[in-house]
Amino acid sequence: MTPAQAELSGRLLPILGPNGVITDPVRLRTYECDGLTYHRATPAIVVLPETAEQVAAVVRVCDETGTPFVARGSGTGLSGGALPRADGVLIVTSRMRRIIEIDVDNRRAVVEPGVTNLAISEAARPYGYYYAPDPSSQQVCSIGGNIAENSGGAHCLKYGFTVNHVLALELVTPDGEIVQLDAMDPGYDLLGAFIGSEGTLGIATKITVRLSRAPEVVTTLLAAFRDVESGGRAVSAIIGAGIVPAAIEMMDALAIEAAEAAVRCEYPAGAGAVLIVELDGPEAEVAHQFARVEALCRETGAFELRIADDPAERAAIWKGRKSAFAAVGRISPAYLVQDGVVPRTALPKVLAGIEELSARYGIRVANVFHAGDGNLHPLVLFDDAEEGAGERAERVSGEILDLCIAHGGSITGEHGVGVDKSRYMPKMFTPEDLDTMQLVRCAFDPKNLSNPGKIFPTPRLCGEAPGVRKGVHPLVASGEAELF
Amino acid sequence: MALPPAKALAAIGVTIREALPEDAVAGVAPRWVALPGSTSEVAAVMRAAAEHGLTVVPAGGGTKLGWGPPPRRCDLLLRTRRLDRILEHAAGDLVARVEAGVRTEALAAALAGAGQELALDIPFEGATIGGTLAAATAGPRRLRYGTARDLLIGITVVLADGTIARSGGKVVKNVAGYDLGKLFTGSQGTLGVITEATFRLHPLPSSRAWIGLTAPGLDGLPDLAALAASQAEPSAVEIDWPGVDAPLSIAALFEGVAAGERAKAAVASLGLGKTAGEPVGGTGGESAAGVGAACRLPADAGDSRGGAPSIAFEPPAWWGRLPGEEFLLEMRVPPGAAVQALAQVARSAREAGDVPVRVRGSVVSAVLHVALPGDTHAQQAERFVSGLRSGLAAHGGRLVVWTAPPDAASRLDRWGPVGAATLMRRVKERFDPEERLSPGRLPGIPPSSGRQSGGGPPSAGRPSAGETPSEGRPAGGGPPSGGGERV
Repeated sequence: MTPAQAELSGRLLPILGPNGVITDPVRLRTYECDGLTYHRATPAIVVLPETAEQVAAVVRVCDETGTPFVARGSGTGLSGGALPRADGVLIVTSRMRRIIEIDVDNRRAVVEPGVTNLAISEAARPYGYYYAPDPSSQQVCSIGGNIAENSGGAHCLKYGFTVNHVLALELVTPDGEIVQLDAMDPGYDLLGAFIGSEGTLGIATKITVRLSRAPEVVTTLLAAFRDVESGGRAVSAIIGAGIVPAAIEMMDALAIEAAEAAVRCEYPAGAGAVLIVELDGPEAEVAHQFARVEALCRETGAFELRIADDPAERAAIWKGRKSAFAAVGRISPAYLVQDGVVPRTALPKVLAGIEELSARYGIRVANVFHAGDGNLHPLVLFDDAEEGAGERAERVSGEILDLCIAHGGSITGEHGVGVDKSRYMPKMFTPEDLDTMQLVRCAFDPKNLSNPGKIFPTPRLCGEAPGVRKGVHPLVASGEAELF
Repeated sequence: MALPPAKALAAIGVTIREALPEDAVAGVAPRWVALPGSTSEVAAVMRAAAEHGLTVVPAGGGTKLGWGPPPRRCDLLLRTRRLDRILEHAAGDLVARVEAGVRTEALAAALAGAGQELALDIPFEGATIGGTLAAATAGPRRLRYGTARDLLIGITVVLADGTIARSGGKVVKNVAGYDLGKLFTGSQGTLGVITEATFRLHPLPSSRAWIGLTAPGLDGLPDLAALAASQAEPSAVEIDWPGVDAPLSIAALFEGVAAGERAKAAVASLGLGKTAGEPVGGTGGESAAGVGAACRLPADAGDSRGGAPSIAFEPPAWWGRLPGEEFLLEMRVPPGAAVQALAQVARSAREAGDVPVRVRGSVVSAVLHVALPGDTHAQQAERFVSGLRSGLAAHGGRLVVWTAPPDAASRLDRWGPVGAATLMRRVKERFDPEERLSPGRLPGIPPSSGRQSGGGPPSAGRPSAGETPSEGRPAGGGPPSGGGERV
């Protein structure tokens, strides 16, 4: 143990007890990365708090000693948002797993941050409710991590993201205060600002989410097309018809091949693209829209349609899609996942551009994407044993993001910026935009201790508030007014 | 300083005029009015204001300018009405980018042409997009579509020092960087001037139908939570309660395919009674073009006194309107406590000496507006507000006083307790360290209390706000009227 580690652990042990502090190098190493495995750092210390008070006490120690800290849920993030600091404390929320309340009267659930996304829906299901955001990793990912990343999922096309479903938060600020944010409170929407801030504004310790009523019916359709272009036309036709499906997902030939190899999803043979369209809602509405979707798919060239009406058939259709990321491991020794977004109408051009990049660099790209909202997940495949392949894959990956930006899109739709994409932020935002975002950061975390080095390309010191401050207003100073 | 403020403002080439009496902001008269026509002109105005230490209040259509406490001072009223262009409507992407001064009606008309809408109910005629965002107003359909913050996907703002900043973008799904749009929605002009906004749109529903019913009083209220949770999926469930002894009108909106059928099914499944006769008012046609118009048409479908539920293809006249504007409160409660909140209104009204109140809003999204007469005696108003607020607090609710007549306003706590006041204060200090933007219009705490860390205010600097501009005080620009209103 280094002297710094020893000093820190000496202060943290009384807060957490010996079971709550990890300093053993072998155990520390298990926390060296999140779902983005090519960024690694062994944290100086890992703590496993069980209460918000413990989190606050740990953060106060960090504040007093100037030690950076990083929060981590289940570690499934794909942008390195939970990458530890070698000189810092990693605060793992895996022991904060209580579902405090399923409150059907108020259509809400109150949970601790380590609770998995799916566990909330499972707890609510007996009452006919569920928690709408459904990232692909929902069986393992934590709701605290969802808050940090503003996670989406296949169904966010219709139902929105984490931020649209959180009603209140308890958080520990970077100076160790426990603060309650509530959507009902007057004043600034700090709840909205906090969600998606990737752990840079503090740590959520208690989360109140909205529960949604389970839809009356759910119908899922799988349409096979000869090529991606035809599938794309089907997507445009569906949206153009004024239909907002719960989800529209597309996979190209290479992604289908991978899924087939991994989970035998048995998608139609000869498909150059498959489209999964899910409609949910009142029976009368879904039946009507489903007939339209079916017709539009046929008109745009679908050669086979499969329709699922029950959960088992639905699961069979989703099986290939949900396993797609992991599945490419079957057809490639290594891969990078991207998360760019483009306006839906730019999809054909951008997909053509990706194909061109793939050909130019001799790097295969499998495309899996949320077609309804233009969120691409190109899987850039390479052999890490091959000289220079990793660099070429990185180039392709980066140029895909350039394409997204050039078409008015975003560098990340749901995975977050983290360490992975911070260098692309200046391509999407001006220095003034980034400085303005930093004002929020400095309001919450003036010492820059909460997950430093994430999101923003260049760390900045907060210093004093910008501009020249005038004296405190006399009414405020005299205590007559409490306002701003 | 080279030029006095008036000349400096004139020199930047933006339309500036002397303020008129009707430009007053909650009784505080500005000195000048700026009418910039672009984001860069707004930036130029803000830079000039910064240089001369002028306080600025941004305004759109002015429909909610009187909401909240009066600004501590207002040298310059910045009107966005010339920022009135719809910059982009990408119909295939269901996205629109507009300038802040665009009137919501103008936007609705433009979008309807493509069979689309911004699914946000605006309770005012003449409101602008910027004002709607700054005040975070929303209406009945918040149940289905959320509020302005949920539909906003990109924003451009000008800060107090003239910095132009943007966050979000033109795609719905986007988590790159902090979401400044959330922070500015509901910021009441205290963080910067909103100049541009990008929204996700929705297809206009192919049909709309309203269930209308009445209840003799709170005791006879049907199970509205069950109605809201019905798998027939209403877009809104609203009540209108003209007085605590009056019957309540209830209306629930169904949108989309087979709206009328679904409304009927909801009535049947919830045991709300048999629907009376055939649908009234309009044709219920499936054409999208007719829907927007139908929404604004007054009809009294929901007012069938005490009878069986009716189904109509037009909303009741009170739908989506505030119950009053002169003295307006907003209750926010957890949905399960909505009926208790209504009961508390009745109790507090009686305890305050039978104050006449009208309540309107969403019982299931649990945002309800309460209107009092403008001539309510100040002491009664104070008793009502404090009684209601503490009653709501027992159910986890909040009460905000948006507007109040001057003598009542001076006695009222506008906000009640605010959970994260210290953090809010710190955000304000970072964005507007000189406190020149709509000062005093949102809640906070004095900078001296609480645990302040490095983010605390530096104290050095230029003369205090009260010493500039040097050309004398603008009328009403001194300490808050009403002698140091406690906010």
